[in-house]
Amino acid sequence: MPEMLATRKAYGQALVELGRENPNVVVLDCDLSKSTMTNQFAKEFPERFINMGIAEANMMATAAGLAACGKIAFTSTFAVFATGRAWEQARMSIGYTRMNVKIAATHAGVTVGEDGASHQANEDIALMRVIPNFTVIVPADAVETRQAVHAAARHAGPAYIRLGRADVPVIFDDTYRFEIGSAVVMREGTDISLFACGGMVAEALKAADILAAEGISAEVVNVSTIKPLDVETIVASVRKTGAAVSAEEHTIIGGLGGAISEALAEEYPVPMKRVGIEDCFGESGTSDELLCKYCMTGPNIADAARIVLARKPALSAVEGEAGR
Amino acid sequence: MTIETKTCAADGTDRSDLIESLREKAREMRKDIVRMVGAAKSGHPGGSLSAADILAALYGRVMRHDPANPTWPDRDRFVLSKGHACPVLYAALAEFGYFPREELMTFRRINSRIQGHPDMRKTPGVEFSTGSLGQGLGAANGMALAGKLDGKDYRVFVMIGDGESQEGSIWEAAMAAAHYKLDNLTAILDLNGLQIDGPNAEVMGIQPVADKWRAFGWNVIEIDGHDLAQILDALSPEHRTAGKPTMIVARTVKGKGVSFMENAVDWHGKAPKPDEVEKALAELDAA
Ligand SMILES: Cc1ncc(C[n+]2csc(CCOP(=O)(O)OP(=O)(O)O)c2C)c(N)n1
Ligand SMILES: [Mg+2]
Repeated sequence: MPEMLATRKAYGQALVELGRENPNVVVLDCDLSKSTMTNQFAKEFPERFINMGIAEANMMATAAGLAACGKIAFTSTFAVFATGRAWEQARMSIGYTRMNVKIAATHAGVTVGEDGASHQANEDIALMRVIPNFTVIVPADAVETRQAVHAAARHAGPAYIRLGRADVPVIFDDTYRFEIGSAVVMREGTDISLFACGGMVAEALKAADILAAEGISAEVVNVSTIKPLDVETIVASVRKTGAAVSAEEHTIIGGLGGAISEALAEEYPVPMKRVGIEDCFGESGTSDELLCKYCMTGPNIADAARIVLARKPALSAVEGEAGR
Repeated sequence: MTIETKTCAADGTDRSDLIESLREKAREMRKDIVRMVGAAKSGHPGGSLSAADILAALYGRVMRHDPANPTWPDRDRFVLSKGHACPVLYAALAEFGYFPREELMTFRRINSRIQGHPDMRKTPGVEFSTGSLGQGLGAANGMALAGKLDGKDYRVFVMIGDGESQEGSIWEAAMAAAHYKLDNLTAILDLNGLQIDGPNAEVMGIQPVADKWRAFGWNVIEIDGHDLAQILDALSPEHRTAGKPTMIVARTVKGKGVSFMENAVDWHGKAPKPDEVEKALAELDAA
C-alpha cells in the first residue's frame, strides 16, 4: 500500500517552509484555517497570517492590495467559495492586474464527501482557467503539491492551486521535479493516452494496469499544469497512440478534458473520451462511494479507454476514404 | 395537520403549558441532533443545538404550515441561511411530521434525502437550499417580495449565523429588505459568539451588531435565544413594525444542552463518538 496523504496537508507544511524562507509571504484565510491547513503557518507566523472572517470576496481584494505593496499573498478557503463567491475579484483585482496572489483552494471535487453538493467544487478549474494571466495547477499528490507551492511562490503573477480534502496515494518520490507548464509521462504506452490530474492520476495508473492485463498498452500522463497547457507533450503522446482519455475530479465541461479537447481539435484530432462529472451536482456520501457513483475510478477510466479504442479503426477507415 | 398562527395567549396557565410543551419538543430535537450527527460520524452539532429552542417555537407554534402539504402556497416560509446547522432543521421537520424520524439516521449517507446541507429538491419541508453562507437572507427577501406582489399574507422567517454575518452579501440583503419595506420578513441572528477558527471577536468582530441592523433600517429585538417566552414574544406578529423588516438578535450558547459542547469551538463541526452520544442523551434527558 502506498502512503496516503491529502494534498491540503502538504500545502500546510509547504507554506511554513515558504514563511521561513521569505518574510514577504503572507497568508489569508476565511475562517477555515483548520481545514485548509493554513493554521500551521498562522501558528509560526501569527503576524503574517490574516484571518478575513467569512468574507471570501473581500479576502481576494485585500490580497491584491497586499500584493500591490510587494507581498506574496497566499489566499485559502474551500475551492467552491474561492472560485465561486470571489470569481470576479480574482478576475479584476488579481488576473487583470497581474497581482502576485496565489489562490490555494482546498476541498475541490466530490471527495469533499459528506458535506454534499454545496461544498463540492466541480467547476473551479473551468472558472479559473478562463481568466487571462492565471496559472492553474492541480497537483496529483503530496510531493507534487509541495513543489507546486514553492514553484507558484517563485512565479511572479496570479496562480490557482487546486487541493483536495481526502487522503490520496503518494505517487512520486523525492527525485520528482515539478515544473510549471510541464506534463509528465508517468508510464509509457502505445495504444492509448490517459491524461489525468489531481487524485485521478492514481486512478489512471490503476486503469493502465487493468488495460495491461488485457494486452492494451496505455500511456499515463500527469497534466498537473492545466494552464499553460503542455500541448507539445500531449500531442506527442497522441501522435504515438492515436487515442485519448482525460480523467479529472471535475465537470467534463471546461476543465482538463475541455482544455485537452480544445488543443487536440486544433492540433491533432483523435478519438477521445472525457471522464469526470457529467454535468450534474454531487451529493453527500463518503469520498469512495461518490467516486464510484459518479464514475471516476480506475475501472471507469479503463471502460472509457475501451470505448475510445473501439472507435480507432473506424476513424482510420474514414481517413482512408478521405485519402482516396 | 395545520398549525395555526396564534399570538400567545395572555392567560398565564395556557402559556406555561405551551412553553412546557415546546421545551419538550426542543429537548427531543436536541436528542435527535446528537443521534443524527453521531450516526453520520460527521456534521455540525454546535450551531444546531444553539438554534433548537427557536426552531421548536417556529415549527411548534409560530408558523402557519401543513406538514401534509409542504408546498401549500400560503404557508409561512423558514430559510436556514446557516445551512450547516441543518440537523436542527431536520429534527424539527421530523418532529412535526414532514418525514419519518427514522430517516434522520440516513443523514449524510449516499442516496439519502437528508443531505449534509439543506437541499430543497430532496427534503420535504426544506424551503431553500443553503450551505454556502450569505445567500439565505437574499432568498428570503425574494420570498417576502413575492408575497407582497401576490397579495399574500404569509410570513418569511430566516436564520443567519453570527460568523455568517461577516459576508458582504448579508449586508446587501439587509439594505434591500429595508429599502423594500419587507415587514413580512423576520430574520433571526443566532448570536452564539463562535465560528470555526474561534470567537467572532477574534476572527472578525461583528459588534455592535444590533446597532448595525438598526442603522440599516430594521426593527431590532434583542432576546435570550433559549428563553421560550422571549422567543415567542419576539416572533409574534404584533412585535413587527409596519414598513420595516424585523431582526431578532438572539443571544445563544453554541452547543446548548450538552455540557461538553457548550461554548466549545471544537464542537462546531465534529461528531460525538458513541460514548459521547450516550453521555449527551443522558444529560438532555436529565435537564
Ligand atoms: C461562503 C462560505 N464560506 C465558508 C463556509 C464554511 N463554513 C461553514 S460554517 C462556518 C462558520 C459559521 O459560523 P456561524 O455563522 O457563526 O455559524 P454557527 O456558529 O451558528 O454554527 C464556515 C466558515 C461556508 N459554508 N460558506
Ligand atoms: Mg456562530
